[in-house]
Amino acid sequence: MARAVVTLPAQARRGEIVEIKTLAAHAMETGFRRTQTGELIPRDIIRRFTCTYNDVEVFRVDLHPAVAANPLIAFTTVATESGTIAFQWVGDNGYSVTETASIRVE
Amino acid sequence: MSVRTGALRCLAAAAVACVLFDFANVDTEVGATEIPLAERRSGYEFMGRETRMIQDEDATNPGMLWVLDGEALWNRKAGAADRACSDCHGDARANMKGIAARYPAFDAARGRPLSLEQRINACRTERQKAAALPFESRELLALTAYVALQSRGLPVDITIDERTRPFFEAGRETFYRRQGQLNLACTQCHDDHWGAKLGGSPIPQAHPTGYPLYRLEWQSLGSLERRLRNCLVGMRAEPYAYGAPEFVDLELYLMWRARGMKIETPAVRP
Repeated sequence: MARAVVTLPAQARRGEIVEIKTLAAHAMETGFRRTQTGELIPRDIIRRFTCTYNDVEVFRVDLHPAVAANPLIAFTTVATESGTIAFQWVGDNGYSVTETASIRVE
Repeated sequence: MSVRTGALRCLAAAAVACVLFDFANVDTEVGATEIPLAERRSGYEFMGRETRMIQDEDATNPGMLWVLDGEALWNRKAGAADRACSDCHGDARANMKGIAARYPAFDAARGRPLSLEQRINACRTERQKAAALPFESRELLALTAYVALQSRGLPVDITIDERTRPFFEAGRETFYRRQGQLNLACTQCHDDHWGAKLGGSPIPQAHPTGYPLYRLEWQSLGSLERRLRNCLVGMRAEPYAYGAPEFVDLELYLMWRARGMKIETPAVRP
């Protein structure tokens, strides 16, 4: 089952600003909602998203209960060298998803 | 004016209305209150810029998460027959092109039109010998979205023939029938007052070109029937059950009403 989708250009010029778009499949249950019988639905959200570029952290987000389901996180980074861009989403109940993409810089 | 003559005038007005709205004799040509073909607009055009941007790109459209699931399910073997959708239908990208644009479509075995969801479940129970997927389950929405995506950009292609005409007429009758405690008909909002505001939101023309679609209010993908249930509850009417013939007939009418408009699945709506 699809758990996350990342989109970024496959190649870029050195020093170019590239946009990265990520979508993670997650219900982002706030912890404030109740069932029809009044029981609290426990919180289940993504807590942190990090992006590393050749093992150097370039972007990080802390997420909170107000963030919508299936969070879309888009950001930019500078294409410095060819290599691997890794993405990690970590959350409640042991949720952890990693994705990697490669970029060629000329 | 006495109460009695007032009542008589009401009756006379109702009789005139009956003459004007003699639905039994309305052909599949555009009826008196229907939106002229050239003035039809997709719900997309009523949305704000930000919501449009979410739909415009697959990279930002959360509906694509379901589409990817659907692609995996398409190729996964299921049921006692141990067959995948792809074992019979091959590559969906080629063989499912344009299919969703023709649904609901007539099924000879059942003698009535089936929605795309019902067709997928019919295939599951009859060909794959697997249990039918529950309506609005992630799996059924995913498969439907994956099949419908193959028709994205193609025009809705519904033609009414003698087999589907009774169901089409029943659907049209539902669209024009006042119901619920608010005593409203679909047509009153979607033919007569589209573009106006209801609760601060624009009233669209109700063209089901993007289903299953991602609704920000739902935080999820959902089917046309889920949306129709929303409308019925809003009218304080009792919604039909998922898969009810009334829903499929109404879907058939709505798709015919949107004939020629482009499929947008998976669309995004507020």
